[in-house]
Order: sequence, then structure tokens, then C-alpha cells
Amino acid sequence: MKQKTAVKIDDLTVAYNYKPVLWDIDLEIPEGVLMAIVGPNGAGKSTLIKAILGILKPIAGSVTIYGKPYEKQRQLVAYVPQKGSVDWDFPTTALDVVKMGTYGSLGWIKRPGQKEKKAALEALEKVGMLPFKNRQISQLSGGQQQRVFLARALVQNASIYFMDEPFQGVDATTEIAIINILKELRKAGKTVIVVHHDLQTVPEYFDWVTFLNVKKIATGPVKDIFNDDNLTKTYGINYKVSIQE
Amino acid sequence: MDITEYIQLVFTDYTLRTITLGTAILGAVCGMLGSFAVLRKQSLLGDAISHAALPGIAIAFLITGAKDTNTLLVGALVSGLIGTFWIRGIITKTHLKSDTALGLILSLFFGFGMLLLTFIQKQPNANQAGLDKYLFGQAATLVESDVWLMAIVASICLIVLLFFWKEFKILLFDADYTKTLGFNTKTIDILITSFIVLAIVLGLQTVGVVLMSAMLLAPAAAARQWTNSLAKMVFLAAVFGAFSGVFGTAISASQNNLSTGPVIVLVAGVFVVFSFIFSPSRGLLFKQIRFIKNRRDLQLHKTLAFMHNIAETHEDISHPHAIRLLNNFQGYTKSTLQKLVDKNYVELNGNMWSLTKTGFKTAANLYTKQSIEDE
Repeated sequence: MKQKTAVKIDDLTVAYNYKPVLWDIDLEIPEGVLMAIVGPNGAGKSTLIKAILGILKPIAGSVTIYGKPYEKQRQLVAYVPQKGSVDWDFPTTALDVVKMGTYGSLGWIKRPGQKEKKAALEALEKVGMLPFKNRQISQLSGGQQQRVFLARALVQNASIYFMDEPFQGVDATTEIAIINILKELRKAGKTVIVVHHDLQTVPEYFDWVTFLNVKKIATGPVKDIFNDDNLTKTYGINYKVSIQE
Repeated sequence: MDITEYIQLVFTDYTLRTITLGTAILGAVCGMLGSFAVLRKQSLLGDAISHAALPGIAIAFLITGAKDTNTLLVGALVSGLIGTFWIRGIITKTHLKSDTALGLILSLFFGFGMLLLTFIQKQPNANQAGLDKYLFGQAATLVESDVWLMAIVASICLIVLLFFWKEFKILLFDADYTKTLGFNTKTIDILITSFIVLAIVLGLQTVGVVLMSAMLLAPAAAARQWTNSLAKMVFLAAVFGAFSGVFGTAISASQNNLSTGPVIVLVAGVFVVFSFIFSPSRGLLFKQIRFIKNRRDLQLHKTLAFMHNIAETHEDISHPHAIRLLNNFQGYTKSTLQKLVDKNYVELNGNMWSLTKTGFKTAANLYTKQSIEDE
């Protein structure tokens, strides 16, 4: 049986100035994979996610989610931005940030009520942050802040999750906690797409991988395409990783 | 004039009552909206907008030839908005940083405004005098209709704030994420910015182009010190702003009519300084006190740990040792020893000391427990 396609990208090109950051990307992400996007700094990994989510306007190309344009499928998609993209000294609590995940389904003007609060508390529990629910967010450690961001996406109860470097600046305990949650999402049939930096952990954490360096180098199952050849093509230096069979 | 006399006057004297009410409402509106400007790190935006309003005032006068306040403020509103959207345009279309864009628009518009003012002064028009009051404001010119206008704008602002609270909050915290949820961030952004421009224009008559940004920033900066909740911050900023207006008017009226605008700004400044020093969680004073207390605790713990190291070498943990042994330890003082005795960690017997069981246990668990609590 052929897997359903969760995300389909055609001819996507993004440029800030003259030089394209992403050039003519065609990409199909099958449903139910836990996929890493890898590539060197400036390869356009975050840009790819932002372009898919409509945060950036591409010069050309289209993105469909389960066969329909992204704008119509927003409720199926959740986003975990880079932790450093917000000011953590903002006057609010962990619970409040997680509640923001419900704002999309609430729409304009309507305020979150008991139902939304319950969902937020459950998400906090899942990431092990329930005891910190009333903590001012600046008083959380980097790993805890990342977990709050993850909880905010979980509350959206989406089918496809996009995460921008969720392991950046977190300790080993948090990294394991986060990857376990991601694996659980996959088990529940969700599609998870993660911008990832640590090549060593790719075979252990992910089952699908996309190599990106302005152009798409390769995409497919980790066991088939995560090899020295593709790494060298992507990073431009001779790369040797040992993959345990 | 003493206090009771003054308060009586506020309720009986028409002019004083109008000015007090006007500055209070203005302070409250500016405080509320200023909170958003501060949290968006757009503190300078207010400064740029108020300066950008000056040419609008001059041009409105040149076109109509009248000094009617409302006409001039419409001019200010238009040129303030033009300035704001130019700033936004410069930031998004070029690679200039926002502070550069703000500084550029601020000085260009202000320079042009000043040029127009001097041009108007050379005109053979008897009506021309007094436009320069918009530079530093003149609260005494407030009349009842001005206060009504302020009250209406304040109410609209409050209603919009209550309706779109959730949208404002999430946009301030994480704009990109807001977009992915399907909200039109541009609409929310324009709504906030337009209200900031409106508040500034309203304040020009009272506080003036040059000092207006302080009305936005000072109450918000002070309020941030006292709370970690956005709702409380906005509320407190409104209260601080209103009191700055009331106190500022009172001081200026009772002291030979000192210029009201600058006095209001100074009172707001006092709120800021007081908050920076005395706020319990973020204030400098309590930070320093906590710092000193932590230092003392550490000193105490170090001494206890040193004693623990000695006691460990004996089978009987409460085996007495000579106090002079402690002289080898750098941080040791008589008062730390006394504190340890007070806490029942140590017993003294002549010039010998011995650890108690609690003392031994506490020393053994120092800072191992804490690291667990932290995670």
C-alpha cells in the first residue's frame, strides 16, 4: 500500500535579496514519518519551514497539505519556532504560553475558557512541566522553555508538526524527553518534521531525512540515503559517519 | 496653597478640574498603550511619531489659517501616520535597522516641522503666534471639549483592548507563530500602531512633541517592575500614567504655574525611579539584599562543610574539636560559628566545638538536594 503524502512542495524558491536561499525545491513528505532536515548553516532549513507555513512569502512554488493548499489546512499543522525567536522576559506564565496553542481554533475575539485550560494543562503534563505551570517564563531553564514551546504545539492537536531546532541548547535529559514525545507522535500516526543539527543522532532519532543546501540534495528513508555520499554532497567536505546496522 | 485647599479647588475651579481630568485620562491611555510599545521593543516609535506630527500641525495651519485645536490635531494625526508607515516601510524594504529608521524619520520630520514653524512666524498674520506651544505643550489651553475627546478615545481604546486582548498578547509574544495560527498579523499590528499614534496626537496639546514619548514609556517601564502578568502590567501602567497626570498638574498649579507637561513627565520619572529601586522582585534594593543574604548563607554553608570534613575523619561525628582548628579556614568568623549554634547544627563547650547530628546531616546533603529541585 502506498503511503499518503502529508506535505507536498513544488518548485519552491525563496530569496531575500538576489541570491536564492532556497532554489526550486520539490519535496514530498509521506504521512507518519519522523523526518530530519539537515544541512549546513545558511542552507535554508528554517527558511524552508517558514516558507511552508506562510511566514515567508516564496518567489515561486506551491505547498499543499494532504492535497489542499496550506491556507485551508492550517488546523492540521502546528509549529514550534526556535526558542531564541521570542523574548522570554515577556510578562506571562508557562500555562499562558501553552494556552496560546488554542488561539487558532478559537479564532478572533473569543477567549480561552475551561476546556482550553484543561487541554493546556494536559499538554504541560505530557512534557513534564506541570509543576512549573505558574512560573514566569523567564525563570525557566532553556530546556524547560523548549518543553513549554513543545506543549504549546501539542495543544493544537495537529496532524503535522514542524519544529525548528528543538534540541538547540537543551541538556541530555530534555533531549531524550523531547525525542520520546516525538516518537510517540509518530506512533499516533502524526508526521513530524524537525530541523536538526546533530548528524550523529540522525539514525537513532529519525526514520526519514532530507538533505538540504539551497537545493534539495536527497530525501528518503534514513537507512537508504543517510550515507557518506549524500553528506559529502550536502556539506561539501568528505564526511565519514559510521552507521550501525 | 495647602493640600485641602487644592483638592477643594480641583472640584470647584473649572480650569483646574478640566486640566486635571484631561491629564489623568491622557496618562491612563498612554500608560496602557505604552505597555505594548515597550514590550514590542518599539520604545522609540513613540518618540518618532510625536516628532513626525509637528509638520502636520504647521501644514494644517498654513492651509486653514486657523488655530483651531482639532484642525491642527488632524494635521498632526495625518503626518504622524505618514511618518509611522514610512518607518515601517524603511524597516521592511531596506536592510536598515529599526533604530536607524526611527532616528531618520524623527529628525527629518522634526526638522521640516521646525522649518515650517519659523516660516509661519515670518508671515504677516496676526494669528501665527502660539503654534510653538506644541513643542512642549500647554495644559492650560485644555477645554472641556478636549477632555471629552480624550475620554471618547480612551473608551474606544479600552473596548478594543478588551475585545482583541488575546490577539494583542500573542502578537506581542510571538508574531511568527501567530501567523501560523491563521491570524492576520498585519491587521493586529496596524490596530495597535494606530492607537499609539492616536494617543500621541491627543497628548501633543498637553505635553508637546518633544516630551510625549516619556508619557508612553515611563508608566509602562515602571509597571513592568511590579508584575509578571501582562494584564496587571497594562492596568498598573494606566494607573501610574493617570497619577502622573494628576500629581503633575497639582504641582504645576500650586508652584507658580510651572509648565505642566514637563512636570507630568518628571512625576512619571519619579514613578520609574521608585519602581526600579523598590520593586520586590526586580528592584535594585531587594536584589542587593538578596545578594548579601545569599553571600552570608554561602559563608555559613562553607564553614559547616569545613567542619563536616573534619568530623568525618572520626567515628563519633560529635567528637569535640578545638575552635582554633577553624582558624585554618579562610571564611571563618566568630559570628558564623554563633549562627551555626543558633541553628542547632553545632554545640559549643568551652573552646571546643562539635557537630550535632542535624548539623552533620545538613552538611552532607548541602547542594546535592538543590540540584534535584532545580530540574
